[in-house]
Amino acid sequence: MNYADLFRVTLPETVLEVAAIVVLVADLVFLRKAVLRARVAAASLLGIAGCAVAWWAVGCAGAQGFSAGQGWGAGSDLLLAAGGTAGVAQVGILVLTALTLLLLIDADFTRHAGEYVAVVLMAAAGGMLIAAAQDLLVIFIGLELLSLGLYILTAFAKKSGKSAEAAMKYYLFGGMSAAFLLFGFSYLYGLSGSTSLPRVVYGTYMASAHGGTMLLYVALVMIAAGLGFKVAAVPFHLWAPDTYEGAPAPAAAFIASVSKVASFALLISISSVALHFFGELHFTYVKAYVTARIVSEPVHITPGIPTAWPLILMVLAVTSMVLGNLAALAQSSVRRLLAYSAVAHAGYILLGLAFFSWSSASAHAILYYILTYGLTTVGAFGVVAVVERATGSDRMDAFLGLQKRNPLLAAVTLVLFLSLAGIPPLVGFWAKFNLFAAVLGVGAGSVSLWLVALAIAMSAISLYYYLQVLKRAYVMPATDETPIQAHPVTLVVLLAIAAAVLVMGCFPALLQNWIASF
Amino acid sequence: MAWTIYLSFAGALVEALLPKGKNELARWLALAVAGAALILALTGFVSGMGQGRVVLADAAWVPSMGIHYLLAADGISRVLVLLTGIAAVAGVLFSWNIELRTNQFFAFYFALIGGVFGVFLSFDFFLLFTFYEIAIVPKYFLIAIWGSTRRGYGAMKLALYSFVGSAMVLIGLLAAYTASGSHSTALVDLARAGLPVHMQMWLFPLVFVGFAILAGMWPFHTWAPTGHVAAPTAASMLLAGVVMKLGAYGCLRAGMGLFPHGLDPWGFSFLGLGSWRDVFAVLAVIGIVYGALVALAQSDFKFVIGYSSVSHMGFVLLGLMTLNQIGLDGAVLQMFSHGVIAGLLFAIVGRIVYERTHTRQLAELETMHLARRLPFAAWAFVIAGIASMGLPGFSGFIAELQVLVGAWHANPWWTAAAGVGIVVGVAYTWRALQKAFFTDAVPTAHELESEQAHGFAPITWPEMAGVALLGISTIVVGLYPRILLDSIEPAVKALLAGGMQ
Amino acid sequence: MNGILTLLTVLPLAGAAIALFSGRHGRGVALVTSLLSLVLALVVWLHLPADGAMGMVELHPWAPSLGIEYHLGVDGLGALMLVLSAIVTLMSVDAAHRVHHQPGLYYALVLALESGLFGSFTALNFFHWFLFWELSLIPAFFLIKLWGGPKRGPAATQFFIYTMAGSVALLLSFLAVFLSTGVMDFGKLADMAANGTLAQMVTAHLGAVMPWLAMGVLAGFAVKVPLMPFHTWLPAAYAEAPSPVTMLLTGAMSKMGVYGLLRIAIPIFGPQIAALRTPLLVLAVATVVMGAWAAAAQKDLKRIFAYSSVNHLGYCLLGIFALAIPAGAASQGTQAAALNGVILQMFNHGLTAAALFWFVAMIQMRSGGLRGIDDFGGLRKPAPVLAGLMGIALFSSLGLPGLNGFVSEFLIFRGVFPLSWVAGTVAVLGLLVTAAVILTVIQKVFAGPVPERWAEFPDLHASERLALAPVIGLMLLLGLVPQLIVDTINPTVMNLLAHWRF
Repeated sequence: MNYADLFRVTLPETVLEVAAIVVLVADLVFLRKAVLRARVAAASLLGIAGCAVAWWAVGCAGAQGFSAGQGWGAGSDLLLAAGGTAGVAQVGILVLTALTLLLLIDADFTRHAGEYVAVVLMAAAGGMLIAAAQDLLVIFIGLELLSLGLYILTAFAKKSGKSAEAAMKYYLFGGMSAAFLLFGFSYLYGLSGSTSLPRVVYGTYMASAHGGTMLLYVALVMIAAGLGFKVAAVPFHLWAPDTYEGAPAPAAAFIASVSKVASFALLISISSVALHFFGELHFTYVKAYVTARIVSEPVHITPGIPTAWPLILMVLAVTSMVLGNLAALAQSSVRRLLAYSAVAHAGYILLGLAFFSWSSASAHAILYYILTYGLTTVGAFGVVAVVERATGSDRMDAFLGLQKRNPLLAAVTLVLFLSLAGIPPLVGFWAKFNLFAAVLGVGAGSVSLWLVALAIAMSAISLYYYLQVLKRAYVMPATDETPIQAHPVTLVVLLAIAAAVLVMGCFPALLQNWIASF
Repeated sequence: MAWTIYLSFAGALVEALLPKGKNELARWLALAVAGAALILALTGFVSGMGQGRVVLADAAWVPSMGIHYLLAADGISRVLVLLTGIAAVAGVLFSWNIELRTNQFFAFYFALIGGVFGVFLSFDFFLLFTFYEIAIVPKYFLIAIWGSTRRGYGAMKLALYSFVGSAMVLIGLLAAYTASGSHSTALVDLARAGLPVHMQMWLFPLVFVGFAILAGMWPFHTWAPTGHVAAPTAASMLLAGVVMKLGAYGCLRAGMGLFPHGLDPWGFSFLGLGSWRDVFAVLAVIGIVYGALVALAQSDFKFVIGYSSVSHMGFVLLGLMTLNQIGLDGAVLQMFSHGVIAGLLFAIVGRIVYERTHTRQLAELETMHLARRLPFAAWAFVIAGIASMGLPGFSGFIAELQVLVGAWHANPWWTAAAGVGIVVGVAYTWRALQKAFFTDAVPTAHELESEQAHGFAPITWPEMAGVALLGISTIVVGLYPRILLDSIEPAVKALLAGGMQ
Repeated sequence: MNGILTLLTVLPLAGAAIALFSGRHGRGVALVTSLLSLVLALVVWLHLPADGAMGMVELHPWAPSLGIEYHLGVDGLGALMLVLSAIVTLMSVDAAHRVHHQPGLYYALVLALESGLFGSFTALNFFHWFLFWELSLIPAFFLIKLWGGPKRGPAATQFFIYTMAGSVALLLSFLAVFLSTGVMDFGKLADMAANGTLAQMVTAHLGAVMPWLAMGVLAGFAVKVPLMPFHTWLPAAYAEAPSPVTMLLTGAMSKMGVYGLLRIAIPIFGPQIAALRTPLLVLAVATVVMGAWAAAAQKDLKRIFAYSSVNHLGYCLLGIFALAIPAGAASQGTQAAALNGVILQMFNHGLTAAALFWFVAMIQMRSGGLRGIDDFGGLRKPAPVLAGLMGIALFSSLGLPGLNGFVSEFLIFRGVFPLSWVAGTVAVLGLLVTAAVILTVIQKVFAGPVPERWAEFPDLHASERLALAPVIGLMLLLGLVPQLIVDTINPTVMNLLAHWRF
């Protein structure tokens, strides 16, 4: 236990917090008299600078961990682990945060630009924290930090009743889910006597071997409810459509991307800890013990986390994929459509988590998916924001004749939505392929195959509703042909995102190698 | 030859970036791009004669997953690339009258063409799938934006059918890739991986049906008539001429090439069907006969052609299921032949006739005396029609004959049933010909008057050039089939020797 | 001489392409082309091998996987048909000088039809032959469909459907043969048939279907000739087609059927046809007799000549089926006589029937479209030359000694009587009725009082006389000196008979 280590490990988060304060100060102290436009620009630029520095800090931190207390095994009571998948997720969070801040430049929903940016940065810090967290308490703190920020962001459009309603719903659901999560954590602690993930896994394992299985299942279901809320998995997704619809567009983009990346990074670390733990011990001491005590077969059907957790994830994955896609079919609001599509995408990723592999393949595939998905979603919300400003509506019909009203924006929409649908050579397709290949690579027999088949079938269905938007943009005649003006910065950002989606799709190895390099 | 792909995509990009209103420029540019692609395809075809598989490009694409950017061409690829080149030029010529968002039309058009070239030249399953999907999306927009009758419905149906098909293929691809150890997605490696027979037994039908949906296999053909009817002329030409070939090509190259044991007997028989081969052959035969019978009953001219495509593609699938040299030769040749002939038929019906008469109802066309008023269209249709009927001297005859001979060696009943389809084929083509062009009705004075008042626009040079290009192609191949067969036969032989039997 | 047959086939096609775009000058193009074709055909005729074997053979691989070769060759039979086709086409083009509607297309189709004829008379490979067999059908269909009389639509469709059905039967039979043997070459198939391997292979592959295959092939040809009861398309088609087209149909196209029997059906399916000899003879005799009776019942000149064509071609069929008799049952002399007669009759009927329809065309032109025999009378007076020349043609058709028809019919009956005296005897009835029909025509049209309206019936003018002179001259010449043809075809006949096995 060394606080210098703690500082080093949490350097990126610290940078973000400092940046948040700087933004606040700058906005409140120096720019009080400036026009709103300048304040927004200054705040977001400062925020972006903070992200850049934090990125650099992530690079500095490298792969290291911070542990508290002593126990058996080198990393058994880690609190935080930087580097590796956590590092990838952190960089992803920073990049996506910066992008959502760039989209803010065009926004006019609030006069409190400084506060907004500061809250965004703090929430991002929370996200980075949970990406690296290895301890139940740290996880909970990070989650709450993130969530609180999100509630505020959702409510930020103070003039909009919808925004307030969405924030209230989000908050109530969020509070409930946090309670569930905490409840689950407490059971885990009770079963294992520790809050450090590796020890929790080991402890619950032993406990379940002694007959505590039911309690463990209750705990896991609770935790799944808490985390399922964060990633908007069915049946904990009910907040998503309303929040996506009601939140200001940059906030919605932030919720849809950054918070997702952070939550899935957390899920990755939970899954890999579980597997990593057994990877080391399975075949030595635990296996012998369990084999002797409970089953005569080798431990492949062990009780505890390794069987219960994937099963829960699988159920969540299937319901999310099916309901998310089917519900999306019925939407007429593009934001709600994106919300349900987010549910569906969460389902695919949960499938990847349910069939998590020993090697880094699964973690990399999931990161690849969630990062590219986050990028695409930010772009999609950027487009929605522009269209909304011009037409005052996020209905699909607001997209009518977009190709005539702003051809570049239409082209961006085309690329992003097709990528979400998983059409090659766009990056969304690679993400899916990567993920499903990883799922099948685990080799869990016909179950994984059937689930992948279901996922692919569902993504075939998803093409229908993405095409509904594109159909309005490209095919159907415009009711109003006045050109839509987009702020140049916004347009450049959107074009850059679309270009990235295309280029990463054509050269998928770029991002893969980058992820693998951590 | 690989440049056909890049050229097409570059063409798509340039067309997309062209300023609005420069329609004439967009057209000539499109013709130049398509012409250059045809020349590339042709030189590739000629220089590739007598050679086996030639690797065109091989680069590691995603090294960690063993995915290669592997382009190669064997005899089958070269023939189909040539077909695509011809169809592309003809399609541009028959799209000369597009005034609405011309540059966008050609942008989508070349995106589609580029995808098609890519599929025919890919020797990596993953790459093939990528190009295959690339070809789907532009199709949707081409139909939905520039189409006619119920275009939204037709386009969406086509897109969803294609996507469901490609989803099946994707599952197969993933399963084969992971089961073979996740080393490589190259077709050759996957074929050599020695997947267990029980796995091939379900992978084969999955992938085969996935591709066959696009090839118009009964009962998954229902997208074809509506899609063809809804599509603008050039798109329906490409759809019937080239895109349906994508499906058939995928069936051959991926379905049968990778999972040959999927064709083995099941070991039991159900309703007389003892293997997937029997099942698909029977479906193909049903498609042949059903397509022809339904075509006989249509009142919309374009539906006749649409269903005839289903029938003719049945020959391709039947040829594939014969699993012998001559039948497969015939199937590949039929792909080319139908590509050219269907293109010609759609061009005449959709462009030359419809653009002037503004109706496709046979009953209304019957009152228009088109043989007199549009002699060029009438005679072009006569040539296309007899080529489609499979009269000797045109490419269809040799192709269908080979398929029938191959089917005979496999199972004489298939030949007999397909023969019925040919006879009905003669009937529906003749019926359409009679009704649309050579009606017996004597014009009434009123009709003559209105004819005087509303003369048809004269035939334009792009129409003539397009008809000439396609017509000459089918006749040349019909009179001298060796020009293609010399390329096809060694490739098919190699494919058969590669374990498919 | 190598390549002359290809040249002969391509020449009319090239002419057709030119004619298509030369509009009103199409006739000139067609005249020149058909004249050149005739010259080429005569060159071929004069350079035949003396032993009656195939000459001027061209053999190139075409689609090897299907056993398809580009195989051309002619013997006396083929060459005679080439000459006949060339003559009839020339006559037809000559006769059709009043095509107002799309003349370019009309002549192009006529020339395409000629090419089809040439091709099918020279092809020695099934695929190649079938290509031209079908190629000739399509122009004929459109010639009827577009330039025919008031009921042309149904007539053309009927013609097309019958012929197409026959073609399908033919195609299926040959497909079966090919599937069993892998061979499409007529010569090779004939050899295989002669030594019995064909039947063995087919039976081994498909079971005992040889008789059915033979029937399929016979059906294909029987429709074309036609043989009763496959003739019902013919009167309507002949009557509705413009007369120059009818000349082609009866003068040349009907010979494709007879030729096919001699070149394809008999050599390859000899034993099967011999087995069916009695029913076939019955049908042939019925064709002869019923054709004549039906002609007697008609009032329309074109229909009369149509049925009389059925009758005349019936003699050919009679001769062919009669000589299909197992070896040893007949002397080769009688068979040779019958076969010589058949081939000669093909030529003579082509010439005469074409001439007759030409005369009908001339009468129609002068009468304003009327052509019922009851519409006329006493034309001998206002139009003596027409009456005289048409009389010669009519008597040739009747088989008057001294004219060409007599020689061939005599030879056929000379052969048929020893081979099947019953058939011969009954068929004589046909001769008698035909004579009665023709005499009735002469009497009703040319003899008797001149009705008021035909008093000024114009006679043939100089150019028509000039055009007709060679034809009539040829009739007389062949009647007097049949050796001109017989000497050349006799070696072929002997050669054919030597190879046939029944």
